[in-house]
Amino acid sequence: MVEFLPMKERMKREQRPMLEQKPEERIHNFNEVPLGYTKEDLFYEAQRCLQCKTSQCIDGCPAEVDIPGFIELIINEDFEGAYFKILETNSLPAVCGRVCPQETQCQETCVLNKKGKPISIGKLERWIADFARENEIHQELSGIESKNKKVAIVGSGPAGLTCAADLAKKGYDVTIFEALHKPGGVLLYGIPEFRLPKKIIEYEIDEIKRSGVRIITDFVVGLTKSVDDLAKEYDTIFLANGAGAPKFMGIPGENLNDVYSANEFLTRSNLMKAYRFPEYDTPIKAGKKVAVIGGGNVTMDSARTSLRLGAQEVHIVYRRSREEAPARVEEIHHAEEEGIIFDWLTLPVKILGDKEGNVVGMECVRMRLGEPDESGRRRPIPIENSNFVVDVNMVIDAIGTQANPIVSAKDTEKNKWGYFVVDEDNQTTRGGIFAGGDIARGSATVILAIGDGKKAAREIDNYLQSGKSLKAAETESIKD
Amino acid sequence: MYKIVGKKVYHEGLYGIWVEAKVVAKSARPGQFVMLMTDERGERFPLTIADYDRENLIYLVFMVVGKSTAKLSKMGEGDELFSLVGPLGNPSEIDNYGKVVCVGGGTGIASMYPIARELKRAGNEVISIIGARTKDLLFMEDKIRRDSSRVIITTDDGSYGRKGFVTEALKEVLENEGDVKRVWAIGPAIMMKNVALVTKPYGVKTDVSLNSIMVDASGMCGACRVTIGGETKFTCVDGPEFDGHLVDWDEFMNRLNRYKEQEKLAMDLYEGE
Repeated sequence: MVEFLPMKERMKREQRPMLEQKPEERIHNFNEVPLGYTKEDLFYEAQRCLQCKTSQCIDGCPAEVDIPGFIELIINEDFEGAYFKILETNSLPAVCGRVCPQETQCQETCVLNKKGKPISIGKLERWIADFARENEIHQELSGIESKNKKVAIVGSGPAGLTCAADLAKKGYDVTIFEALHKPGGVLLYGIPEFRLPKKIIEYEIDEIKRSGVRIITDFVVGLTKSVDDLAKEYDTIFLANGAGAPKFMGIPGENLNDVYSANEFLTRSNLMKAYRFPEYDTPIKAGKKVAVIGGGNVTMDSARTSLRLGAQEVHIVYRRSREEAPARVEEIHHAEEEGIIFDWLTLPVKILGDKEGNVVGMECVRMRLGEPDESGRRRPIPIENSNFVVDVNMVIDAIGTQANPIVSAKDTEKNKWGYFVVDEDNQTTRGGIFAGGDIARGSATVILAIGDGKKAAREIDNYLQSGKSLKAAETESIKD
Repeated sequence: MYKIVGKKVYHEGLYGIWVEAKVVAKSARPGQFVMLMTDERGERFPLTIADYDRENLIYLVFMVVGKSTAKLSKMGEGDELFSLVGPLGNPSEIDNYGKVVCVGGGTGIASMYPIARELKRAGNEVISIIGARTKDLLFMEDKIRRDSSRVIITTDDGSYGRKGFVTEALKEVLENEGDVKRVWAIGPAIMMKNVALVTKPYGVKTDVSLNSIMVDASGMCGACRVTIGGETKFTCVDGPEFDGHLVDWDEFMNRLNRYKEQEKLAMDLYEGE
């Protein structure tokens, strides 16, 4: 029997780490790296929770999960209850338990973080979500009264899925339009199997579908039909198409054959399962010596994927230093453990190729850090005459993504970077059309997209409850 | 979902299929393409829309060049494609220019057909030049004759029409008729490159349709990037048609070979099965 420990005992305990696949083994497979908590680990960690009344952890969670609530249910050994408690506000718990940067969210605001040992909230959430999946625990969804209002959602990534799930639970008729042949957006094409197994995403999406959400794949809003077409058929629209377009550095040689955008490289491997070529038809190059440019999570994902595909040497080339890198500490740590070489303070200036278009090297310059720039990070400055050539035969640009211009609509303004301008209610400049996730805020994280999806769902509910309708407004304007 | 309802065998390795794809059939315009997958383990690959009935069906023509097209060629009436999405890319710039030439080579003939037809409908005098290696690989001739003002046929071996390449016929047209306003060329990369070389001295704007390797085809992956007049563009969302005089052809043709080894391996294994 598990019990609530006296406060003193709780404070005494240290964080329980999670077992992981050993680096030397995992670089040869695509299986998940962290192996999950045992039930004993689960209880041990859950018992550390102080159950504070102020629940500052919840303030740090964009998905608004009742963290002390579900942890209390764990201690009561009511795993089903804990799962339902999480699902009340978060429809993607197994995903969040794995890819949320908890260290800058709930675990940062956790009271125990003052002592440097916050509750491992993500690991607990992951255990509960995995338990529910393995035991096929489903939410009771009967008795939701239909509101007879149609909502169109553009994109089936974390923002779209969350908004859809929240609205379906309220009785709205929700249809998600997805450009690719499978739903999941960046969760599916962007995050590798070893960080987020596909079967987990598929399960959570199936659960969202069970709540009544319809997902139409193979439908590129902006081409198959426009947002304005949808506006004539739906009472409201939520644009959550992400910041899908790849950024390139704009240096010579970037269109050589073996220069990939991280998007292409990861989409081939993750969505198309090219890592299982030729069993799957989509090819991918492994490269012998690979340079991955950038310092974010996608950079780490690309580098670690390269290694698993069989590259002999993988470099991460970043113009700033480790301290400024936007990747999660855990991801940099994982990459280092796996033998990825970090070339900090290094800026590529030219990719060298031969006549056939093969990459034969990459010219870089050394950098030093100057005064802080507008991002608050110290500005990298090239050191004169420090040029040198890295011996590589494949390059992956993982310097970020930007807005894809194919989704646009009349009267919806975009800012100079191509992101939709939204007010504090996530409404665009056109009433009835909302936007969230990366296409409204710029490239960010899964959890912030989930937060936007939740907020948009609330505002869409308010909009529709007030009797407004995009479709009706369209019909009116035609009459005028 | 995307059921094949009709199949035409033009020649061994050259096929046409009518596929159910309602939203695409309703909105497709000349020059646009679809991405498709034969099965769950398949590749996503592009095919230009060769025709549409505006109700429910689209027509696609393909030549077996690798595993994906080989798999597609094994599918027949009643079979369903795993995925099909479109219409993708920008439509051709159809307008009344006066006199235009449409050059189609190989399977490019199919992609050229709806462009020629709509240009004719828009009031142009359309001279279609279609070519293939040999007579048996020519197709859609009747449709092209019906919807063009004039047709010139070439075969490399002289088995039908004029002996020689489409570029030679095109040069004569440009030479003899001073008032060609615009040229479209769709076919193998080398043909399009040569057409652009032929038209350049005459200063006639030449649209070519690039068949880059693509993955998502909605502007997300950048696999299809090409250099046009010194600027990087994505074939899927900025094209597929570009000014042939501005294309960096060497780079484009190099990039078509990115997966040559893997494509060969996949095909060999597939044929071995």
